[in-house]
Amino acid sequence: MKRALIPLVIFLIVMGFLFKGLFLNPREVPSPLVGKPTPQFNLPRLDNPEKEFSPKEMLGKVWLFNVWASWCPACRDEHPILVELSETGFVPIVGMDYKDTRQEALQWLQNGGNPYTVTAVDADGRVGIDYGVYGVPETYVIDKAGVIAYKQIGPVTYESLRDKIIPLIKRLQAQ
Amino acid sequence: MIPEIGHFSLILALLVAIVLGSFPIIGASRSNMVWMGLAKPLVRIQFLLIAFSFVCLAYAFAANDFSVVYVANNSNSTLPLEFRIAAVWGGHEGSLLLWALILSVWTVAVSLFSKHIPDDMRARILGVMGLISVGFLLFMLFASNPFERLLPAAIDGRDLNPLLQDPGMIFHPPMLYMGYVGFSVAFAFAIAALLGGQLDAAWARWSRPWTTLAWVFLTLGIMLGSNWAYYELGWGGWWFWDAVENASFLPWLVGTALIHSLAVTEKRGSFKAWTVLLAICAFSLSLLGTFLVRSGVITSVHAFASDPSRGVFILAFLVVVIGGSLALFAWRAPIMGRGGKFDVVSRESFLLANNVLLAVAALSVLLGTLYPLFLDALNFGKISVGPPYFDAVFAPLMAPALFLMGIGPIARWKDASLPELAMRLRWAFGISIATAIILPLILGNLTPMIGLGLFLAFWVFATSAEMVYQRLRKSEQPLIVRIKSNSRSWWGMVIAHLGIAVFTLGVTIVKGFESEIAVKMFPGDVAHLAGYDFTFDGVKNSQGPNYESSLGQVHVTKNGVLRTILEPEKRLYTVTNMPMSEAGISPHFIHDLYVSLGEPLEDGAWSIRIYYKPMVEWVWGGCLMMAFGGLLALSDRRYRLKKRAENMEKISTKEVSE
Repeated sequence: MKRALIPLVIFLIVMGFLFKGLFLNPREVPSPLVGKPTPQFNLPRLDNPEKEFSPKEMLGKVWLFNVWASWCPACRDEHPILVELSETGFVPIVGMDYKDTRQEALQWLQNGGNPYTVTAVDADGRVGIDYGVYGVPETYVIDKAGVIAYKQIGPVTYESLRDKIIPLIKRLQAQ
Repeated sequence: MIPEIGHFSLILALLVAIVLGSFPIIGASRSNMVWMGLAKPLVRIQFLLIAFSFVCLAYAFAANDFSVVYVANNSNSTLPLEFRIAAVWGGHEGSLLLWALILSVWTVAVSLFSKHIPDDMRARILGVMGLISVGFLLFMLFASNPFERLLPAAIDGRDLNPLLQDPGMIFHPPMLYMGYVGFSVAFAFAIAALLGGQLDAAWARWSRPWTTLAWVFLTLGIMLGSNWAYYELGWGGWWFWDAVENASFLPWLVGTALIHSLAVTEKRGSFKAWTVLLAICAFSLSLLGTFLVRSGVITSVHAFASDPSRGVFILAFLVVVIGGSLALFAWRAPIMGRGGKFDVVSRESFLLANNVLLAVAALSVLLGTLYPLFLDALNFGKISVGPPYFDAVFAPLMAPALFLMGIGPIARWKDASLPELAMRLRWAFGISIATAIILPLILGNLTPMIGLGLFLAFWVFATSAEMVYQRLRKSEQPLIVRIKSNSRSWWGMVIAHLGIAVFTLGVTIVKGFESEIAVKMFPGDVAHLAGYDFTFDGVKNSQGPNYESSLGQVHVTKNGVLRTILEPEKRLYTVTNMPMSEAGISPHFIHDLYVSLGEPLEDGAWSIRIYYKPMVEWVWGGCLMMAFGGLLALSDRRYRLKKRAENMEKISTKEVSE
């Protein structure tokens, strides 16, 4: 009797782990960039290609850096949330329009609202490589010293704002 | 309207399955013939309802009905019709519907070919399969309804995942599912035997052909998947130890063990508890495979669905089905007798050792697949377990298994003599050792792994040849008569074992002697690999039905003589914006030449990868031989002659009671 129970016990242990595993996110890969200074760049701005944007401009502020594109369906989900967040004036959001065309990107902001204080244009995706972008959208929380504090892969959701991003920004702003 | 009818039909199927899963089983315990008799008609009605539902979904795809969420997510009006039909199982919900359909097909098949099985046993078997069906139908209706509407309807669909837009993908999932679900038959037989307490050798004989058939499908399914990965992913690899590949390989390993264990249980009445456990495990691993792929617990290229609520449902289902049957096993196993005694050196021991090696191999693959998840769940961080682990663990387990495979079929049941075996196999041993050393020296690369691989492959060849020679040399009759005097199941075994040898030979040679280069080529440039000259002729752009195509041309010469023209293609699927590569391959008995287009570079240059793959086709050829061996065994006359089967039943029950 006892020996015959062994398979059942092993199985139940495996199931316990699988249950725990359901609530973990296998896509959540810790970014090697967390804790490192933001990679520097100078990119043309979406609203005015004559002018450039560089992360240096944001030194002294806690800010969100959001990589998006008009061709990305998941960005559609997160966009209204970002617009809502920007309307509170809680944190400046800098956008980076990734591998996109200017016309479509402008159209997108016109239709869905513009949550970004400024949007940089990374048309060929070179800067995206420095940031380790491997899926759009991605969002970075960057502190006053210009160090990446957190990276969110995939769309920003109400839950992720409430549980991770907003508490983190509050802490960083208090520093 | 059609999708609603399909949905309704699925609800009816659930109701039918609930009745099927309860009345016949209860009837069997109360000897109520009427309740038991319900099973057969219910099984047929269930099949018709699910099949109708499936046709409704296929119709929604064919008619481009983008008001159905599932169609809108997995199809597009520009998608060619054959892929629109295959898209029915291209996503999560439809795969489940296919699963349920295939389960109902197997159930009908069991009801048709079970005339010789006692009524109560058959009622229990069909009832257990009905219960499994209840689980899947419930899951579909409550958490993954393929007929859910999208209002307002989408203007066009999001297109089928381009990876799946390939002829191989039309057949791979149904084959694989035929295998997965086919193990539900062996499972149902085992559970029915446990429920009824009839753990004699009879159930082993009844479930043997079903298990073999499921195994044949699974073998073919895995082969198609591997072959697809080879020409579609563009990396020249054919097995990646990816979580989802492992999920299909696990039931294969356990199923292989089960086939052999069933043979012992049927012939000798031994290993009964072990066989029951393997039958439960083979199907449990099939379910686990479905869970791993469908729940999003482990992601890989294959995962189409990630949704914790679905995962919780499948997990609960797994706990009920597997946990319940293992509990039943724990309760009933002690009443199973020990079966016939056997000596340490006997066919039983060799088969047992092989069984244990296969089971341990399955466990180690399972561990490697789930280990990253375990560590993550315990907050030890993220790791990934890759091919190095699997290669390191798998080869040492399979090497002795292959070695025993050469001896097992020659050894006598009950007690064999080691010196006699050694005498019989000395030539086979000598020949395989010599080949394993001389052949790599001729080919110019002798490493321990190549030597071992070749030795094992030739060992299986040589021992099989010895065995066939001994069987055929005895009489003076013409060869064809002598061949026919051995049973088809014996020949099936020989061919399946030779298939393993062919497979091993292919793997060893391709691993040991393949070569590749990655080059930047302008049109007119020539690259050299393995004595061949690859000239890049350039790339032509054109428009496919739902993709933009860049079709390259590479002509291959050897010593100035044109050998073949390869046409690697790069496609950009416009709806999903996903690039896909279609490798240009010249398949050949001895070696494949393989070219795949990388990225376009400046001035019309392309990055191009060229592979030389010696004997890679043998890998799949070996799988085909295994599947053919299984089919041959299935066509054995003892499965066709009822009378003889009944006599054998008496004999084997007598043996057990000894």
